[in-house]
Amino acid sequence: MRRLTPRPALAVAAALAVAVALIPLAYLVVRVGEAGWARVGAELLTRRTAVLTARSLALAVVVTTACTVLGVGSAFLVTRTDLPLRRAFAVLAALPLAVPTYVAGFAWVSTVDGFAGFWAATLVLTLCSYPYVYLPVAAALAGADPGQEEVARSLGKDAWRTFAGVTLRQVRPAVAAGALLVALYVLSDFGAVSLTRLDVFTRAIFTAMNLGFDRTGALVLATVLVALTALLLLGEALTRRGGARYARLGAGARRPPARHRLGPLRWPALAAVSALATLALGVPAASLARWAAAGVSRPGSLAEVATAAGNSLWFAAFGGALTLALALPVGLLTARAPGPVATALDRLAYLPHALPGLVIGLSLVFFGINVAFGLYQTVWLLALAYATLFLPLAVGAVGAATAQAPPALEEVARSLGRWPAHVLRTVTIPLAAPGLGAGAALVFLTCMKELPATLLLRPTGQDTLATELWTHTSVAEYAAAAPYAALLVLLSALPTWWLSVRTGAFAEGGG
Amino acid sequence: MAELRAAGVHKSFGRVRVLSGVDLTVPSGRLMAVLGPSGCGKTTLLRCVAGFEPVDSGRITVDGRDLTGARPERRRITVVPQEGALFPHLSVFGNVAYGLDRTARRAGRVAEVLELVGLVGAERRMPHQLSGGQQQRVAVARALAPRPPVLLLDEPFSALDAALRFELRRDVRAALHADGATALLVTHDQGEALSIADELAVMRDGRIVQSGPPAVVYTAPADPWVAGFVGEAVWLPAAIDGDRARTPLGSLPVVGAGRGPQVLLRPEQLDVSTGQGGGLPATVVRRDFHGHDAVLGLRLADGTEVAARVLGGPTVPAVGATVGISVRGPARAYQG
Repeated sequence: MRRLTPRPALAVAAALAVAVALIPLAYLVVRVGEAGWARVGAELLTRRTAVLTARSLALAVVVTTACTVLGVGSAFLVTRTDLPLRRAFAVLAALPLAVPTYVAGFAWVSTVDGFAGFWAATLVLTLCSYPYVYLPVAAALAGADPGQEEVARSLGKDAWRTFAGVTLRQVRPAVAAGALLVALYVLSDFGAVSLTRLDVFTRAIFTAMNLGFDRTGALVLATVLVALTALLLLGEALTRRGGARYARLGAGARRPPARHRLGPLRWPALAAVSALATLALGVPAASLARWAAAGVSRPGSLAEVATAAGNSLWFAAFGGALTLALALPVGLLTARAPGPVATALDRLAYLPHALPGLVIGLSLVFFGINVAFGLYQTVWLLALAYATLFLPLAVGAVGAATAQAPPALEEVARSLGRWPAHVLRTVTIPLAAPGLGAGAALVFLTCMKELPATLLLRPTGQDTLATELWTHTSVAEYAAAAPYAALLVLLSALPTWWLSVRTGAFAEGGG
Repeated sequence: MAELRAAGVHKSFGRVRVLSGVDLTVPSGRLMAVLGPSGCGKTTLLRCVAGFEPVDSGRITVDGRDLTGARPERRRITVVPQEGALFPHLSVFGNVAYGLDRTARRAGRVAEVLELVGLVGAERRMPHQLSGGQQQRVAVARALAPRPPVLLLDEPFSALDAALRFELRRDVRAALHADGATALLVTHDQGEALSIADELAVMRDGRIVQSGPPAVVYTAPADPWVAGFVGEAVWLPAAIDGDRARTPLGSLPVVGAGRGPQVLLRPEQLDVSTGQGGGLPATVVRRDFHGHDAVLGLRLADGTEVAARVLGGPTVPAVGATVGISVRGPARAYQG
């Protein structure tokens, strides 16, 4: 009686929702099987695959290292030192997360002549993804028990040895988790590498598919990418298990940790964080402002921009609605009927989230051509891609919203003589609605920023803001690209940041 | 005014049997406390009575009306959950009025029950603006408002600090009696159960092992486990002969049917004298000072250790002092 919906019905609905979200992944496996191992092997064991693997891994390693240094450094400076303006920098350091990599890529490519290749991609990706390290490490540093550091000091360790021996060890799980997120992000990124013309897996898959119509080649490359991603996920799971050992003991009230005095290093430190903010936020802002002024003066451009904005809104609304519809039973099940079934479904829903949007898109192209031709070139297939990619985001929002209306409140309401429908209207919905609304908005905005799956699956001729920006930038029409970029930042980046602050969720760029 | 009765209530979660034949009767207008250790099934019993969990077998009736299969909203049994569980989006007025129809709302019932729980004029405040004790008072008012025949309270005071708990307990008891409601309260705190209840039921492993007025349960516990659970017990080896028992504290009058090798005394049955006066000599080996009283650990000449409760104050003997013990009232014997 304590559940809104009888458990079996809810579990079946949730299982169906997860099954729909797993279509792309399942179909990828089916296609690889159909291609036959001999052919897959022949495609796999080529020099090109080896070069792509080496380059993708090198990019991941270099960007992850740079992000770790920048992320831990800024987190330490804003949480543990007397850095001037540290509150402002604490917010500024998180903001680049809301800039899609293709927008940052456009900003740099259109500002610096000949901006291309490995180091160009490294710069853009680092500036866009270091918050993945910064945010968890800053949270861990702010929440770490200062008592442990005080004990170390009282046992005769100086400030530096305490930092290296106690503080860094406390935040090591946060650093590892953040670094693995960055590595995943780099492997799945399409926007930055395609605009800087760096041939890594995602760009090679897209080229093979879109220009060469080499389906088996694209498929094999996608499979290797999935394998690399799976290896990284395994690594993440292992560090997360290790993280439990670093739990804070006891439930005493939190004290803010003591701040280190930077002394003469104050101004160099300030210069460093200012430089980072300038590169990550200032360059995109300046470039957008400069090109947008040139862009809107072109005749006819306003109508094109309006059409693309309309398509963006429509696709995102449709995709967001489908995502939320699939997320509702899964989120309700995990919140109201927890157990092994709910946990398994929840984990399964997270699986495709780690996959590159390009791979999801590719799989759904095959699926559309071979199985569901009626859906091919319709908004349905694109919405399915969005649902697959962003289901965990929506499930999390549904779970959090439902937690705002705990079952105990519904029980009290019913014991006061109110019928279930009345309780739903007067207690459950009023309490869960704000969270659901915020979650829906977050999913909507994330769909709007998505690029690679949209490029592959958008109905012919119906461009969105993201695809128009990418297309114009690829052929160096920066003035034409700028209005789309400006509108994207306005429509998505700022509200995304606002929402992620409000809901405490991470905003994920769809680059 | 209504009599609540549970008869032979069984409930299992999967293979775990939580209630194995609970029988209890709460007389009309009385407050019964169900006392038991955590995990004994007392909260499950409450949820079964409220209708939040279906029972596997047995019957739940109010004034003879069978409610066993009824939905919670049909039972007219309201609950005060552990942490209050106020509706966070409704004001105090909205919370208290939630179960009222329009007529009762207009007739000023909300102000009436708020006065009963000592929160006059708090109607417009929101739950987050209230302290923990005030939230609990609102939860009680909300449960009282529709004049339910039966009210259930699930450890309603456990989240509060000791001083607040005492005051709130007294006020809630008065409010329940003023409204004439029949109430069932579950708790693991024996002091709370003894002080608030008209009737006490002790629960263990999904069964009621003893019920009756608190003073009876305390002075005549049904078995040694109940004796130790509802209060501090002094167990003495004894040789029972008729209505006397030979113990290390001398020959004592004995009640109870058992012939067991041990008899029960309560620490307050032991009078401690500090002067040269009478009593069996003993040495103070432990002293737990509580302010209003103190519990002394005393070692007799033959090595037996007993506990005695004495009034607090400057005269409480120190560890190492020699005192004299005499016993008031009978010892209680048990079987086996």
